[in-house]
Amino acid sequence: MIQPADPSVVRVLAADGTIAPTPAAERYLSAIDALTDQQLEDFYRDMVVIRGFDRQATNLQRQGQLALWPPSFGQEAAQVGSARAARPQDHIFPSYREHVVARIRGVDPIGIIGLMRGMTHGGWNPNDPANGNTHIYTLVLGSQTLHATGLGMGLVFDGRCGTGDPDRDEAVIVYYGDGASSQGDVHEAMVFAASFRTPEVFFLQNNQWAISVPVATQSPAPLVKRGEGYGMPSIQIDGNDVLASYAVTRAALDEARAGEGPRAIEAVTYRMGAHTTSDDPTKYRTSAEEESWALRDPILRMRAFLEGKGASAAFFDDVDAEARAVADDIRERTVALGSIPVGTMFDHVYSEPHPLIAEQKAWLAEYEASFGEGA
Amino acid sequence: MTISTTAAIDETEAAPAIQTMPLSKALNAGLRRALAESDRVLLMGEDIGPLGGVFRITEGLQAEFGPNRVIDTPLAESGIVGTAIGLAMAGFRPVCEIQFDGFVFPAFDQITTQLAKITNRHEGALSMPVVIRIPYGGHIGAIEHHQESPEAYFTHTPGLRVVAPSTPNDAYWMIQEAIASDDPVIFLEPKSKYWQKGEVDLTAPALPLHASRIVRRGTDVTLVGHGAMVTTLLQAAVLAESEGVSVEVVDVRSLSPIDYGPILDSVRRTGRMVYAQEAPGFTSVGSEVAATVMEKAFYALEAPVLRVSGFDTPFPPAKLEGVFLPDPDRILEAVDRALAY
Repeated sequence: MIQPADPSVVRVLAADGTIAPTPAAERYLSAIDALTDQQLEDFYRDMVVIRGFDRQATNLQRQGQLALWPPSFGQEAAQVGSARAARPQDHIFPSYREHVVARIRGVDPIGIIGLMRGMTHGGWNPNDPANGNTHIYTLVLGSQTLHATGLGMGLVFDGRCGTGDPDRDEAVIVYYGDGASSQGDVHEAMVFAASFRTPEVFFLQNNQWAISVPVATQSPAPLVKRGEGYGMPSIQIDGNDVLASYAVTRAALDEARAGEGPRAIEAVTYRMGAHTTSDDPTKYRTSAEEESWALRDPILRMRAFLEGKGASAAFFDDVDAEARAVADDIRERTVALGSIPVGTMFDHVYSEPHPLIAEQKAWLAEYEASFGEGA
Repeated sequence: MTISTTAAIDETEAAPAIQTMPLSKALNAGLRRALAESDRVLLMGEDIGPLGGVFRITEGLQAEFGPNRVIDTPLAESGIVGTAIGLAMAGFRPVCEIQFDGFVFPAFDQITTQLAKITNRHEGALSMPVVIRIPYGGHIGAIEHHQESPEAYFTHTPGLRVVAPSTPNDAYWMIQEAIASDDPVIFLEPKSKYWQKGEVDLTAPALPLHASRIVRRGTDVTLVGHGAMVTTLLQAAVLAESEGVSVEVVDVRSLSPIDYGPILDSVRRTGRMVYAQEAPGFTSVGSEVAATVMEKAFYALEAPVLRVSGFDTPFPPAKLEGVFLPDPDRILEAVDRALAY
């Protein structure tokens, strides 16, 4: 838990929405000052709209429309700030709770819904320009950190970073959590990233809980210290402060893109909801803890800040209306999702023709046809 | 991606089109040609740079193509395969070297849950042209983890292709065909045959990557196997001939998918089949072939399909490898049993 006086943590907005930068935040203040009112309002809009979507998806699971839902509830600031910090040419590797990131990059959230409904193992095409170079979710914890690092190695080998042209140079940001930080793949990814100086930001959302296991079981030392051990500049931020998340990620991505090697960020945040809809947090954490974090809700903090700056009531009403509209839309589209054709399970097992798969697909079609019309 | 044969023709203006070389050199030549033909091909692994790999398969390649094409990686197998996946996402065609068969398991998760399934997960939007080279099998007298035959783990994983050359010519061409494949290929190198010489025809591949092949004609019984075992099967065939038994030998070459055409053709003529392999027999490639042959050629069979395998024990200390690994005598014992029906 972040102590209010900890000078090494980057925080700009206090929990009451007032500007109260920590000493570590000083170097980022000019970037925050440069943000327009429109950008600040967009940060808030992103957080509120996706929270509305996230709540709707949770409800859809409760109503039997989805097999599972992993809520992003509480982690909006960490995700909005970091996603808004990335440039269009950057590459995004999410874990499986980055609904906010995915939507900001252009992914239609119905893809995530399809994944959680049992329609697909993916949900969108990362090579489609509409999806902002956002890779699909990875469900095995930490695996994607190696894929991100490998892609970063490719950017190095192809001279797609470090040219000094910020409009052309590319970087990678990979998301993972406090639980995944214990996985060996995360270690190996950081070893390779440091060794090959990949243009990469390791963005750790420490939401305090790996399902039921507290972060102290993953590490008695602050996780931010891990990155330093690999030779990566590493910064801990208040992950519920969207301004800190934006400014620190922007600087880290700029440095990575410019060829200065990988960076690590630990965003200290809180999973305000359950791990997934199959989880029951009352079995392992107290309501007092949840209430203490509710006071640091990233949306309340940003709203207080914007109100202090004089944002209009009409603006907040408009955001709320958009959140309702997005939630209504996703409900309509979810219940309208049909089934998937049986034969598709054989498609794309391989890129090139494969006799066994072709034989089994043909057999199944014949078997199904053998029952005749209306069977 | 297709394989061009023009480079070989250019190369051979000064050199003969058919050259005799050991299997290790044939792999080296195949890798060199793949690197020369496409700058998207990368080699990556432990000690493959200045050293040329512990078996010297990549000898001289880093000096020729540079450290960004022939990459000495940190000592971490999951990292090698996991970053190869990312490199494939960036448009490269990585060829990973796993130093020994028993060291592939730290990468097992990345191979089976990621590499094998990424194309399917993306509904075809991404292909994964990654080759995993694994020196495999016994007969080198080495310590634990250095003599294993892990092929069944990979043939049991949808999304992977698995091949094993048995000759220098196949090694030269199959490594290029594997690199040209848009799917991930587990490339099992019969390390006990690295130093066995054979003719390599540099002008054109004899067969597609996934074809099996009848390598010796006979009329009484069909012996089937892959990798280093093919040599043992041919030795057994010569011994059998001296006893008046005519043996046909099939080199499976591709363990996933399996080309059953030549196998079934042979069994329909001989009526008897024995599969031999170094791997433990329980739920093995030999078991799969035996079951399929019984389903598809039942009325042609004069005897049950038999298997000769490594025992279902851990690979023993090297002093016992000669007992653990099927030799011509154990294969001929099975031939005798098949002929007794």
